Amino acid sequence: MEDDNAEDMEVEVLSSMWPEDIDAAGKKFNVEKPGGDQDLLEDVTFIEEPTIVDFKRLLELTNYSEKGSSQLSYLVKNWEWKQENAVRLLREELENLSKQQHESELKKLEILEEHQFEDEIYGCDKRPVSILDGVDDIFQDVPKRRNDVIIQDERLEIDDECDINTVKYWKQRALHLEKMLEASVQREQILLEKLEESIENLEKQSSPVEELSQILKRADNFLHFVLQNAPVVIGHQDKELRYRFIYNHFPSLREEDIIGKTDVEIFKGGGVKESQDFKREVLEKGVPGKREITFETELFGAKTFLIYVEPVFSKAGEAIGVNYMGMEITDQVKRREKMAKLREEIAVQKARETELNKTIHITEETMRAKQMLATMSHEIRSPLSGVVSMAEILSTTKLDKDQKQLLSVMLSSGDLVLQLINDILDLSKVESGVMKLEATKFRPREVIKHVLQTAAASLKKKLILEGNIADDVPIEVIGDVLRIRQILTNLISNAVKFTHEGKVKINLYCTADPCPERSNILLNEHEKNEAQSQETVVWIRCDVQDTGIGIPETALPSLFKKYMQAGADTARKYGGTGLGLAICKQLVELMGGRLTVSSKEHQGSTFTFVLPHKVPDLSESSDETDEYQDMDDNESMEDDKTCGFFQFSPRTLGSLFSSNGSRQTHELPRNVHGFDKVDRSSIITDQANTDHDDQDRPFHNPCIQKNRPSDMGLTRDLMRVNSGKTSGSIFSNTLERSKSTERRKVLLVEDHVVNVMVAKRMMKQLNQDMDVVNNGVEALRAVQRGDYGLILMDVCMPVMDGLQATRLIRSYERTGNWDEARLAGVELDDHPSADQILEPRRRIPIIAMTANAMSESAEECFANGMDSFITKPVTLQNLKKCLEQYLPLNNTV
Amino acid sequence: MAAVPQLQRQFIEYTTSLYNEGYLDDQFTQLQKLQDESNPDFVVEVVSLFFEDSEKLLNNLATALQQNIVDYKQVDSHVHQFKGSSSSIGAQRVTSVCVLFRNCCEEKNLDGCLRCLQQLKHEYINVRSKLEALFRLEQQILQAGGSIPMME
Repeated sequence: MEDDNAEDMEVEVLSSMWPEDIDAAGKKFNVEKPGGDQDLLEDVTFIEEPTIVDFKRLLELTNYSEKGSSQLSYLVKNWEWKQENAVRLLREELENLSKQQHESELKKLEILEEHQFEDEIYGCDKRPVSILDGVDDIFQDVPKRRNDVIIQDERLEIDDECDINTVKYWKQRALHLEKMLEASVQREQILLEKLEESIENLEKQSSPVEELSQILKRADNFLHFVLQNAPVVIGHQDKELRYRFIYNHFPSLREEDIIGKTDVEIFKGGGVKESQDFKREVLEKGVPGKREITFETELFGAKTFLIYVEPVFSKAGEAIGVNYMGMEITDQVKRREKMAKLREEIAVQKARETELNKTIHITEETMRAKQMLATMSHEIRSPLSGVVSMAEILSTTKLDKDQKQLLSVMLSSGDLVLQLINDILDLSKVESGVMKLEATKFRPREVIKHVLQTAAASLKKKLILEGNIADDVPIEVIGDVLRIRQILTNLISNAVKFTHEGKVKINLYCTADPCPERSNILLNEHEKNEAQSQETVVWIRCDVQDTGIGIPETALPSLFKKYMQAGADTARKYGGTGLGLAICKQLVELMGGRLTVSSKEHQGSTFTFVLPHKVPDLSESSDETDEYQDMDDNESMEDDKTCGFFQFSPRTLGSLFSSNGSRQTHELPRNVHGFDKVDRSSIITDQANTDHDDQDRPFHNPCIQKNRPSDMGLTRDLMRVNSGKTSGSIFSNTLERSKSTERRKVLLVEDHVVNVMVAKRMMKQLNQDMDVVNNGVEALRAVQRGDYGLILMDVCMPVMDGLQATRLIRSYERTGNWDEARLAGVELDDHPSADQILEPRRRIPIIAMTANAMSESAEECFANGMDSFITKPVTLQNLKKCLEQYLPLNNTV
Repeated sequence: MAAVPQLQRQFIEYTTSLYNEGYLDDQFTQLQKLQDESNPDFVVEVVSLFFEDSEKLLNNLATALQQNIVDYKQVDSHVHQFKGSSSSIGAQRVTSVCVLFRNCCEEKNLDGCLRCLQQLKHEYINVRSKLEALFRLEQQILQAGGSIPMME
């Protein structure tokens, strides 16, 4: 009964007291290791541990610490309650017993009374004890009815039978009573024993320690149950931080190694000191705290623990030690660190992304800025070219010396600005990848010569300009002559700029794949037709050599960079934008070549570029050559065509130029492909200073170059020959020209009614026949059917724009068929006659009409095969000039 | 009849003011020069054509800019045409608004475009009324038996 009771209560008590008393309880069970060691799988028979824990300390703790005392008082209360209960029970028992005793005494008394009565009887008789014993056998037979109930009757019987058998009866009766007494005594004895036993039990249970230890054992079991596999270490350390209790599920040390020692005494390695310091700190401050400590000990390697340390106070409020709880969180920390790392990486990634976006943004901005610069440049260029052109025209009028001087300054300034703008435009074109290369046939020798002539014309120093073209260089090659001239001009002008005396030389020769057939071709011009139609690629190398100031080695790497010049001094002394070489390099690379430089300071520099060129099928050009020969009847042609050496001196030296003996003035343009014919004409026919000043103007701006006054007869003749060459012979043309009767029609391709009307009216005023079509496709059809001397082409048009139309017309002129146009989806009449009759096909001059917008830039016009452009709105003046230049038979001239 | 010199003076003053105020530029002079006995109405014809065309273009522009998704390319091409025709007759102010308009188009700036359209309409109506006034004046001079004085 008592045990059951106690047990019930204990369970109840434990469950309710657990959280409150965990410290007190914990203290008793703890086997502390600053770092629990799961790696050691040693399974400890944990139940034994608490026995090792000293009760003395427990008492101490329970006495001194507040928590301990509260727990103790609770335990005591509990014990007292149980004791009370036990006492109550015992008392009840005692009462019971005493009642029984009382009863038995009463009985005894009764019996004694009876005895007395018998005694009296015995008194009468003698008391024959021996007899009593002796009559046992006799008595045995008699008693058949010996019940308490019967007793009365017996008594009556006795009374009745007294007489009959008194002695025997009393003997029997005495025996019986004696037996009863004996039983009673026996019972009393048993009760006494029981009482004693109870008392003994009571004594046994009376020790509070035992009771407490039982409770504690249960708490211990509970803890054990809960903490069995928990990776936690719980401990208590005293004021000196010596372990008093420790619980560790995976202990690596024995109790005696820990109890009574401090962390530092037990472990060595990283983190131990820190944990000890932390504990001390908690002890000193009296405030509980948590901390993560990474241990690096020999005993259990690198482990991270989250430790919780809580001060324990005495009743007086004095810190007497710390409770300590540690949990191993190595994996969690690892994971956390990994997460942190990931997060950091993500952050970095994001930052990088933002950075990238910023860069992209900046790049876009830059591109925009560039675009804007280009647009602006273009917008500036158009009016500026107008100014310069006008100035040029003005220079041909009668002017006095001062005026001429002023005009020349004006022209050269204008040229400078134009050059700069062109450079910027070129650069932005190349950089934005818009630059398209044109493949046209050209003659390297002529190009070199023109470039040198041009340079010589504007030469203001006593320099000799020389051109050396090796024999192996083909007479004609295919390439973008405009760009090549641009590069050459740039390099030459650069060389001239930095050379004060001596020579500037161009050497041209084949490097990798020299054409071995070259000499044969030269010998047999006429046989070329039948000879070969191969299209081989030659690599032509060009050295531009000067004897100038040279370039310091340190400046070489940045030489081709934009806006960079060899040095600040250079810029100041020689001026320039520093764009030229950058453009050259980009252009050369765009064409698949390479531009390099070698230089020695004070001795000169050599710029070298190597470019691949296709060698054209020669049949076509030979026709034209023949024509020229017929027409010119000039025996110097052959010479000049193959001539490999030119030398020019500046005009200040007297003569314009001298060549190797041939009569240069008779030289005639042979380049039917248009771009430089006017240059050549004017050079040949006009050696006036003014004209030569124009020569170094950017050649790819025909507007400037071609708007040159050309009222000299010969020039016009030549132009006529170039552009007006028809099926008829030169002679007939000449005749026609002199009569000024035949005029070739002009084709206007323009979609806008107002513009058409104005243009029509202007043409009428200029007395020029004109057909009008409204878009590129119609233009192609018109070209296919009709014979036009000039096409004025709007750039922006519906259906097909001017650029594409021009390209397709050029393709037709080149190939003799409209395949490419058909490929582009243009429906054209099958007009075989038209396709074939006009052979060789002339190149019809095509003049773009642009509205000065970037989208229809001059560059694009040229790239698509246009010859020039006039800006809108078209003025009578412009139109007239244009007709004069490209359709020289015009009456109005 | 006696009003002819006065009308002629008025005509000159008015024309000059049109140039000075930037409504017209030299291109208009060009047109006038292109007019002769064989084409007595050239300027009026061209300008009428311009009016016709402009009204069409303005309508197209208004429609194009009202779309949910504005096709700036199309708008730009309209403006481009407008720019071309206006510069052809020398309607300088209209031309310069067109330039602005095209910038807005490039930026795909709808607000800007709408503003430009408004401005364009305004300038167009201005130049139209000015030119119509000029032509009326011309008519008057001719009816009065005078001849149109040449500018410059």
